[in-house]
Amino acid sequence: MTFSRRDALKTALFAAGSTLAAPAIMRHAALGADPIKVVGIHDASGGLDIYGKPMIATLDFAVDELNAAGGLLGRQIELINYDPQSNIQLYTQFATQAATKDKAAVVHGGITSASREAIRPVLDRFKTLYFYNTQYEGGVCDRNTFCTGSTPAQNVQKLIPYVQKNWGKKVYVLAADYNYGQITSKWITKYVREGGGEVLAVDFFPLDVTNFGPTISKIQAAKPDAVISALVGGAHISFYRQWAAAGMKKQIPMGSTTLGVGNEHIVLSKEEGDGIVCAYSYFQEVDNPLNKAFLEKFHAKVGANAPYLSELPMRTYIGVQLWADAVRKAKTVERVAVTKALESGISLDTPAGKTTLDPKTNHVTLDVYLAQVENQGFKVLDTFPDQPPLDTASVCDLVKFPNTDKQFVVDVKI
Amino acid sequence: MDYAVVVALQILSGVATLVIVSLGLAVVFGMMRVINLAHGEFLMLGGYTAILSYGHGANLWLAILVLPPIVVGLIGAVVERLLIRRLYGRMIDTMLATWGLSLAFIGGVTMLFGNSNTGVSAPLGSFEVGRFHVASYDIFLMLAACALSAIVWAVLKLTPAGLIARGTMQNAEMAAALGVAPDRVYAITFSAGAALSGLAGGLIAPVAGVLPTMGTAYIAKAFITVITGGAAMLTGTLVASALLGTVSTVFTFVWTPVFGEVALLVFAIVLLRLLPRGITGRFLRRSL
Repeated sequence: MTFSRRDALKTALFAAGSTLAAPAIMRHAALGADPIKVVGIHDASGGLDIYGKPMIATLDFAVDELNAAGGLLGRQIELINYDPQSNIQLYTQFATQAATKDKAAVVHGGITSASREAIRPVLDRFKTLYFYNTQYEGGVCDRNTFCTGSTPAQNVQKLIPYVQKNWGKKVYVLAADYNYGQITSKWITKYVREGGGEVLAVDFFPLDVTNFGPTISKIQAAKPDAVISALVGGAHISFYRQWAAAGMKKQIPMGSTTLGVGNEHIVLSKEEGDGIVCAYSYFQEVDNPLNKAFLEKFHAKVGANAPYLSELPMRTYIGVQLWADAVRKAKTVERVAVTKALESGISLDTPAGKTTLDPKTNHVTLDVYLAQVENQGFKVLDTFPDQPPLDTASVCDLVKFPNTDKQFVVDVKI
Repeated sequence: MDYAVVVALQILSGVATLVIVSLGLAVVFGMMRVINLAHGEFLMLGGYTAILSYGHGANLWLAILVLPPIVVGLIGAVVERLLIRRLYGRMIDTMLATWGLSLAFIGGVTMLFGNSNTGVSAPLGSFEVGRFHVASYDIFLMLAACALSAIVWAVLKLTPAGLIARGTMQNAEMAAALGVAPDRVYAITFSAGAALSGLAGGLIAPVAGVLPTMGTAYIAKAFITVITGGAAMLTGTLVASALLGTVSTVFTFVWTPVFGEVALLVFAIVLLRLLPRGITGRFLRRSL
């Protein structure tokens, strides 16, 4: 008998195919005893660690809390944290690993929209449930993906009316030059015009711009009533510094759709940060009994080095709770059953207020808070309960079209 | 009229910033030919020295002008002794080693001090040019850039130490034959370069986001400036800073910040295509 190269290839492929298929069969047999695996993919190093580390802290906390209460369905939860080191390529790699090697019941992760769009298709393909717990520009429409953060129709829509009512109609917009900034600046423009105002200019900045002197002069020449910043990352912190150094803080007030999420209010000194206004679905300073109890427990566990908790880590905590609640309802961690349970309209009282899952978009209806930087923290000025994700809802209907799996760029009418 | 003055001031301030963040690299790379990919982290360490010492109650000027060059100069001396000394003349190995060093510095600082430390507000307030407000600290940075360049020039040109350093970089064996210990000269020059970078970090700390990863935002521009400058390290760096800073600021004013960044890169590329050995490879060749 001759054994050709082609035969060898066939045999090898068949062998590979059966080894790949085997764990899938065994997985179901073993469901009873093993711990449930939850994978987190957040940057613990590199430039995005400011965002990632607090998210990992609350993810750890949420899983510990579940385990301390006896786990889920009588099984313990095993949390596997991967650090993609602020590198998109590693995101894809770890997502594949989470789905194929770890057989994760759910993956929580992704910080930038770029990282989310890198792993979302991977987890779709491998049929692994995915939670994205970050405030972002909206539009993701995918039955396998649950977005638990706030979007422009929830946060920008509250910030702009405040700015217009208190400061004036003419605004100057500064935004980071990638999809978040590009899309968010369109939403800002839309809400400014709806309020009868005018956007004098929108300037975009690559993420490594550090010299904002020319822009500060241009803003002064344009004489806006307010400046809105959607700047992102460490280099862009230079803007707030140079703005304060030029004595502009007393001249023109500022609102931001990003400040605080990357600990900017801590990196900036009191005199540089005070007075800037933001709107998010959570501030650590939110005053309610659940939040108080949560912070006490969290600080007791993490100790003196506890990070400031912005919307991102809080939504991560809530994301785990939503998933856990759905697992309890579905009485299994199996993906389709859990998805259906999630889409049954789960609603939870959380430290950030009431959070309700919207089955049409797989986004959430949440409470939005308006707050002002004060003494390197935030002072909550106003609360807007039960804000639905109207932006995504305008383009996405997963009840009618359950097979959609894309991010719509919401066509903002401006 | 006032607008023209403000634009001119911003151009000068852009140029001054480039000079400040590039000078240390000009010494280490331009003069010693050591490709130091940890240059940005030397800046960061200077910035951290400034904000941490200020946070612990040090006088502001001491924190931004005195401590950063001392601390980073010492770190530079240690780095040279342990790492760079073994790699002179091995460019690729040096790149790899200093890249690793930069990651280690970022990781180390994050571990020791965390990634969100409160910075220093810019001192000196602001002044008005017509209807515009300008930071007085910008003017201070311009003066600092002039002073630093003058000091580097004076040390290299007027002191015996400068002469020995230049001679050793040109021909180490000949310098050794004349009784100079090249090892020591290299070590001192490297830590002087590190000290300059540290000082730069301290100087920009009040107008920059001082984070462990801040170096990445500066290193590319510093390298572009020094390489565009060419062989005469001080003149080259100054001329290149003047050209690139002006181009980038003017484009930012006329179009947008995106074009400002793009224009800087395009201009540097075109310049290097026409003058592959940098500006001073062709003009002002005999300068320092």
